[in-house]
Amino acid sequence: MHDHDDHEHDHGADEEMALRVKALESLLVEKGYVDTAALNALIDTYETKVGPRNGAKVVAKAWAEPDFLAWLRRDATAAIASLGFTGRQGEHMVAVENTPETHNLVVCTLCSCYPWPVLGLPPAWYKSPPYRSRAVRDPRGVLAEFGVELPEGVAVRVWDSTAEIRYLVVPMRPPGTEGWPAERLERLVTRDSMIGAGLPLGAEALGA
Amino acid sequence: MIGGQDLGGMMGFGRIAAEANEPLFHAEWERRAFAITLAAGALSRWSIDQSRHAREARPPAEYLASNYYELWLKGLEKLLLENGLVTAEEIAAGRSLAAPKPVGRVLKAEHVAAALAKGSRADRPLAKPARFGAGDSVRTKALYTTGHTRLPRYAFGKLGRIEAVRGGFVLPDSAAAGQGEAPEWLYTVRFAGRELWGEAADENLAVSIDAWESYLEPA
Repeated sequence: MHDHDDHEHDHGADEEMALRVKALESLLVEKGYVDTAALNALIDTYETKVGPRNGAKVVAKAWAEPDFLAWLRRDATAAIASLGFTGRQGEHMVAVENTPETHNLVVCTLCSCYPWPVLGLPPAWYKSPPYRSRAVRDPRGVLAEFGVELPEGVAVRVWDSTAEIRYLVVPMRPPGTEGWPAERLERLVTRDSMIGAGLPLGAEALGA
Repeated sequence: MIGGQDLGGMMGFGRIAAEANEPLFHAEWERRAFAITLAAGALSRWSIDQSRHAREARPPAEYLASNYYELWLKGLEKLLLENGLVTAEEIAAGRSLAAPKPVGRVLKAEHVAAALAKGSRADRPLAKPARFGAGDSVRTKALYTTGHTRLPRYAFGKLGRIEAVRGGFVLPDSAAAGQGEAPEWLYTVRFAGRELWGEAADENLAVSIDAWESYLEPA
């Protein structure tokens, strides 16, 4: 069904949106309600400064340092803030740990709530109807589409972010990484593994 | 409200289209729509709950057919109009036709980093003790409201257990209606998959929502 006509239509809709956004931005700037340099700074923040590498630092530190993991369990907002990751859409953080018994998956069925300071802005699939509709009802089917097959008997726990609490999944530390420093562990932590839609890379990914 | 946004458990949307090496924005206009929404939000004329309601309160067919940032833009236009900051004629013209409304502090580039790092906390102190404690059995209400709520319909009238007491938080149902923050105790409520999705559901599934006290009854 997604043939040439659909593509043409999408392109037209895109042009229309481009004009509509441009018109509103011009109006707001002219009114003095928004500042162009601030708009650029907002975009630059999420394009170049705030993203899932922040979350990877949190997870790697939790893997490497039992005291930090304990702090993360007790007060995730404060523990994460100690690494400099605070603020918008991460004001109230909770870390949920995967174990051999339970796999965690995070969704926002009602909109697109996502822990921005540690993961950045959400990918399109996280905001899309297929994910939002199925994550709560058929999480194993969702995981299978991401290439994740959980061992028999592992329970799935889904967290629907219906309030201002933001959840960060702490995946299980991959085997064969004993003694690795946090800086090296960090490279195994993928964005999807911190949503629960994926698993971290294995030690072999870094040639170990 | 049960609108196009209340997606949990709906069927027929098909596979999840994860994109390899996905760009943060898929068009320049998405970038700009994102930024003007955040910058206009910094005027503090409306709450995050009013923003959410402005995006979701439209015909479900339109919601589901819209690009994500298109919903943001339409929501922003609605909030600007409702707050008298712009007129429909000005939106159509793309230029100012009357003097701006005094808005106080406007977000400047040099304050962006600090404003984002500070964020906007939604927790509030409550004098009243929490009605429920961890481990308590509760049943959710069926909140058929045309206003905003954060109780998804798949969790209407379901039996669950309090897993955590999160503290006092602004009640979106009230804040979105412009009726004040009306903070209440917030709980993480856990449901068995079969309570939500029937006998055929995975027995090894549990789902939790975060629910305000007025969404819950003792069970």
